[in-house]
Amino acid sequence: MNTADQYLKAIYLVQQMEDGPASTGALAEMLDVSPASANEMIGKLESRGFAEHEKYKGVSLTDDGIVRAREALQTYCIIERFLANVLAVEEFRAEARELEAVIDDTVAERLDTIIDRDGDCPDCFDPDTDACRHLEIESEKPAD
Amino acid sequence: MSVGRRVASDHQLARLLQIGIVLEEVVEARAYHHYQSLSEDERALDDEIEHLLEHAAEESADHRERLEALLSELDADSIPFEDVETLVKEQYAKTKPEDFDGVLYDQLCNEETAYKFYDDLITAIEESDAQFTLDRERLLATLRDVREDEAQGVEDVTTVMEQRG
Repeated sequence: MNTADQYLKAIYLVQQMEDGPASTGALAEMLDVSPASANEMIGKLESRGFAEHEKYKGVSLTDDGIVRAREALQTYCIIERFLANVLAVEEFRAEARELEAVIDDTVAERLDTIIDRDGDCPDCFDPDTDACRHLEIESEKPAD
Repeated sequence: MSVGRRVASDHQLARLLQIGIVLEEVVEARAYHHYQSLSEDERALDDEIEHLLEHAAEESADHRERLEALLSELDADSIPFEDVETLVKEQYAKTKPEDFDGVLYDQLCNEETAYKFYDDLITAIEESDAQFTLDRERLLATLRDVREDEAQGVEDVTTVMEQRG
C-alpha cells in the first residue's frame, strides 16, 4: 500500500473515532510520523482532491477520498485476515501495521482469493481495536 | 502503523518470504484447478494453454522450494502446500474464471502480482540497513532470479493473449 493510501485510511479512521475532522496531531500519532510530515502529505492529498483541510479544525476526506480510503482499508483487512487465519499469527495487528507498506494492493487481491471475507468489509473494521470485528469474535470463541 | 517501506528484521523478512511462498502456492493450485476445469475437448484443442498452465505450476513449485530454503535459514516454518491447496479449493468456486480468456487473464494477474511482490520486496531489502541472519547478497540474487522468471511469465502470457486477440 503506498504512503498516500495509508494516510487516506488513517484520516478515515480518525474521522470515525473523532466523529468529525481528523486533527493533524491525531493523524501523526496514528501514523507514527511528525506533524510536519503529516501536514505535507495532507497538502498533497488536498491538491489531488482527496481531502479538505480547515484551519484549527483538521482534515476531512472528500467523496473521492472516502472511496480510496475504503479501498485501502479493505486491503488492510485482507492483510490482517490473511495473517490471522492463514499464517496463524497471534500478533496480527502489529504485524499488519509493519507489513502494509510492503504489500501492494494487487498482492492483497491475490491473497484475498484464499480468504473468506465478509460482505460488510470494510465496515467490519473497528478503529478502536484496530481490527476486523469478525476476527475479534473468532478469537473470543472458546476452543472446541 | 509504519509508512516506511523497509524490511527491518529477520522476523519481518521471514514473514514476507512466507507470504511469497503462499502466493506461489496459490498460483500452483489455481493453475491446477484451471486445468481441471477445462473439458477433454478443450484440452485436446488447446495445447498452448495446457503448456502455459503446466509451466506455471512447475515454476511456482520451483520458486517455492527456493524461498523455503531461505526461510529455513531464518529458523521459520513454511506453510504446507496442502493447507493452501485446501483454501484455494474452498474459495475456487467463488473466484474461478468463466472461460478461456478468463483463465489467461487470471494467469496474467498471477504473474504480474508475483512480479510486483518480488520487486517491492527487493526494494524494501535494498533500502534497509538491517543485518539478516542469512547472506544478503545470496538473498537478493535469489529474489532477483525469481523476479526475472515472473517478468518472463508476464511476457509469455501477454504473447499468447495477443495472438488470440
